[in-house]
Amino acid sequence: MNQSASADIDTSKIASIAKPYKLQFEDAQDSWVLLYPEGMVKLNGPAGEILKRCDGVKNILAIIDELESAFDQKDLQKDVVGFIEIALEKQWIDLTSATSTS
Amino acid sequence: MNTNAITSTSGESQKTDKVGPPLWLLCELTYRCPLHCVFCYNPVNFDSVNNELDTDGWLRVLNESRALGSVQCGFSGGEPLLRDDLEVLVAEAHKLGFYTNLLTSGVGLTESRMSKLKQAGLDHVQLSFQDSTKELNDFLSHTKTFDLKHKVAKIIADHEIPMVLNCVIHRLNIDYIENIIEMAIELGAEALELANTQFYSWAKVNQEHLLPSRDQLERAERITNEYREKYADKLRIIFVVPDYYETRPKKCMNGWGNVFLTISPDGTALPCHTAAMLPGADFPSVAEHSIEEIWYNSEGFNRFRGDSWMKEPCRSCPEKENDLGGCRCQAYMMAGDPAAADPVCDKSSDHHKVQAVVTKAQLPNGQHVSEHPLIFRDAKSSKKLEKENVVF
Repeated sequence: MNQSASADIDTSKIASIAKPYKLQFEDAQDSWVLLYPEGMVKLNGPAGEILKRCDGVKNILAIIDELESAFDQKDLQKDVVGFIEIALEKQWIDLTSATSTS
Repeated sequence: MNTNAITSTSGESQKTDKVGPPLWLLCELTYRCPLHCVFCYNPVNFDSVNNELDTDGWLRVLNESRALGSVQCGFSGGEPLLRDDLEVLVAEAHKLGFYTNLLTSGVGLTESRMSKLKQAGLDHVQLSFQDSTKELNDFLSHTKTFDLKHKVAKIIADHEIPMVLNCVIHRLNIDYIENIIEMAIELGAEALELANTQFYSWAKVNQEHLLPSRDQLERAERITNEYREKYADKLRIIFVVPDYYETRPKKCMNGWGNVFLTISPDGTALPCHTAAMLPGADFPSVAEHSIEEIWYNSEGFNRFRGDSWMKEPCRSCPEKENDLGGCRCQAYMMAGDPAAADPVCDKSSDHHKVQAVVTKAQLPNGQHVSEHPLIFRDAKSSKKLEKENVVF
């Protein structure tokens, strides 16, 4: 995962999967995948764990909290924010502020 | 269609000794089509196929493929909208968790049909165009469909369904590529596939007419790149290169029986939509076998998996994993042996045949064709070509 977490990401924002992507777990591949027109991205473990929590309800801070308790780890902020940056760049997710529609 | 788009982000390559699931399921629902395109990839003998799978047959294909791990489902043809049960099939595919793609000429995509398909869970439409000018579009498809396609593009956009425009590129339209790109922008497509003609089926019959010159191709690539920069945030442009101008073959279908499963209208299962032309091939039917037996155990699907079938120069080639020897159909058509190296490769002893075709394409218009006038895809020509034993 990218280590270059920057201060650009506002962790109070709410993340959701962007159109036209669909996120689902595939038993046959034992992993989370992102489907898009005529294509598929197979996600590695951490990427799947983060994206499945981008549900349009939780903000990024809440996602980090949840991951830290689920995996009994601390200091995941840098990794998670680093991945969120990549996902944004690839247009897999949208970020909205808590006051707008969720 | 872009079969290379199914990849893994984690970068692990698929091991050749382990067969993965058929991630891409292409349902060719019918060979019937209101268009008569000169580059159609349906088999030249399409007219002899008249026993289409029924709705229950297709529902079983969808269920069994999804259970094996298929994720992308394409409904194609011919013109899939000619099937009255398209909505039923899309709904089932959606329910099963497929990403559903409709590959259509747009003929028959009315407002009411679009809205039913959206309700059924359609995720994506690939709309084909023959060219950006009415005259050429209508000439090449031999119909008056150009205005209709504009209407259809608007209907798709109004329903907020992601749309990719697909335009088959060839000698007769490649010089208008900027118009095609502008048109894609105007129609609100999010991607444009500029698919240089691959020479199979009807396109092979009409090859002399369709292969562009090197100058034409270089100009088109340069202009495409300029537009890619200009519209970087608006339109994704996919430029499928014509492999005759390459010196290494394409990794056809991303490997035989690797990710791609085509079911043809009569239920014959194929590793790609043109593989039925290959001699000695025994391709199973979904009417007699389960998708699981077909994918993992049939002779037809195992025949060119991995690399143990390869002959020289492929067998000892250090690059063999890059392209897996190229396309089996092209090897058969040009080298006479489906297990030979794809003659596009300059290591093939038959590469001179590709070069001869390319050399001829450099001749000025009027001199580059020595065989027959353009042959349009229709029932009459299909019967005639079948009688003449034209197999591609």
